[in-house]
Amino acid sequence: MKPIIHKTPVMLRVAQKEVHSKNFASLYFDYSMDFRPGQFVMVWIPGIDEKPYTISYHKKKRFGITIEAKGIFSQKAIGLKPGDLMGFRGPFGNGFTPMSSPDIAIVAGGCGMAPLAPLVEILDKNIFFIQGARSREFILYPDRFKTQRQICTDDGSQGHKGFVTELLEQEIEIRKKKGRKSLDMVYACGPEIMMHRIFMICEDNKIPCQVSLERYMRCGFGVCGACVCGEKVVCKDGPVFESKTLRTMEDFNTLALLKSGKPVELAQYFSWRCQS
Amino acid sequence: MVMVAARIKKQGKPDQTNYFNGTGMMKFLGKTIKNPLVLASGVLGNNSGILERVHRSGCGLVTMKSIGPAPRDGHKNPTVIDLGHGMINAVGLPSPGYLHMEEEWKDLEKRDFPLIASIYGGSVQEYQAVAKFVSEKKPDFIEINISCPNSEQHGMIFGVNEQSSFDVVSAVKKVIDLPLIAKLTPQAPDIAKIAKACEDAGADAICAINTAGPGMVIDIEARMPVLAFKKGGLSGPMIKPIAIRCVYDIYTAVSIPIIGLGGVTTGKDAVEMIMAGASLVGIGSAVHYRGMGVFQEVNNELETWLRGHDTTMEEIRGAAHGMTSAPHKGGAQ
Repeated sequence: MKPIIHKTPVMLRVAQKEVHSKNFASLYFDYSMDFRPGQFVMVWIPGIDEKPYTISYHKKKRFGITIEAKGIFSQKAIGLKPGDLMGFRGPFGNGFTPMSSPDIAIVAGGCGMAPLAPLVEILDKNIFFIQGARSREFILYPDRFKTQRQICTDDGSQGHKGFVTELLEQEIEIRKKKGRKSLDMVYACGPEIMMHRIFMICEDNKIPCQVSLERYMRCGFGVCGACVCGEKVVCKDGPVFESKTLRTMEDFNTLALLKSGKPVELAQYFSWRCQS
Repeated sequence: MVMVAARIKKQGKPDQTNYFNGTGMMKFLGKTIKNPLVLASGVLGNNSGILERVHRSGCGLVTMKSIGPAPRDGHKNPTVIDLGHGMINAVGLPSPGYLHMEEEWKDLEKRDFPLIASIYGGSVQEYQAVAKFVSEKKPDFIEINISCPNSEQHGMIFGVNEQSSFDVVSAVKKVIDLPLIAKLTPQAPDIAKIAKACEDAGADAICAINTAGPGMVIDIEARMPVLAFKKGGLSGPMIKPIAIRCVYDIYTAVSIPIIGLGGVTTGKDAVEMIMAGASLVGIGSAVHYRGMGVFQEVNNELETWLRGHDTTMEEIRGAAHGMTSAPHKGGAQ
């Protein structure tokens, strides 16, 4: 059956709000959204702005988005209450392609946990699952999953002190040493520098990966060109890209366009994104 | 059988007029292009990588997103909405500004495809400054956008008036030595007169049409316009009859070639546009409706139609005007 895509915004009222921590909250909507993990919706707050968000919670008759308060839009979104109205276009883009195997790694960094959460819930329960965050209070969904996970924090306030990539490399090494099967797939979402590092680790070890990227978006369906990354259109060709595509993607981990269309280095791009 | 017969007959002719056999080339304003399809400005053309990909996907001539006189962010979202039978947009002319595109030009210098650089300004002097600078970066053509409806100070205010259209075109023509294309708006009270004014001012070709309207979509739950800019230009299949009428009218008024666009989605739409008088055919919103494969598909459909009717693009250009009515000498020169 052809998936249902909302071309114009479907207006929904917030059914429930869950505050995860000072900076994170999820908003839930009682609506059946046709969706595959890794896809995104264009979320509209009338009179404010419209931004792409992944669906972080997906049940038959309910879905949710998770917001990290950063800029003007997300501050406003996190302040919404049950009964408030939001518009949704989509879902758009290509999501993750789920594999049924226990020999899979999920690597989530910061709010990159959000698009991976519905994926974790449909994958084998014995996968290797790493989640990283700045510190303990930034770990999203601490009690959500049946799947065991390894936590990493920058400051060591919980779990391993250091990077998620270190744990991924360790796991690959252990499998080699013990003569265990190599990983069939690595799914990842997080800061782009982390995505690039994971991609390189996977390439070195001949493991396929699927990573989710982020760019400033306008239309969401591949016509305006605001989110181009090399010759790829992130909203339409992505936001999830596999190894084969990443190998030829010129601007991956180097450039992103500002709202004006000016290409800048990622550090400058992300510092702007955090304010807008 | 008819198709086969037509093909055999066609192969018997020298293939000069029918450039259109997949490998054949055609000329437009002295430049060689591989087919008559043009990527419309404002669609995808945000970096050299995607322009190259569109060319590789079967587009003869690609247009960059309009370059402005100063850095400009464009409007807040929502900026583009698909209405099914077409789109409404008010992206609002975002541009890094012509002085801030060095890296882009460095990439584009190495290109192996023909390129239209689209420019806009807020005054005749700004159009001139941007055009002069951009022309030195050696695109193959300069298109001046005097037709964007999504900014109060730019574009359309020039293209709805014969005198201001004439002034902008003649001023820009003075400072560039590249072929100049004037992109027109259907909001002009008489688009044929605007086209004639542009031709008189020295334009080498007309590109018509930019988006129609502007229109508005109100969300009845939110009780407000969906677009942040409230109103926006219409594109896609719903505006094709307006575009066809405009190209038809322009063809009767000028003898320079016309790039016809507005709602072209299929090869038959392209045939219709050519019969109205277009030398080349633009593709914009159809990139969404049919995907990146649209260029190859429209090429194939156009070629199939031409072969099936044992004719060529040159033979059908302006055909809807009958044998005698058009003064247009026409043709992709």
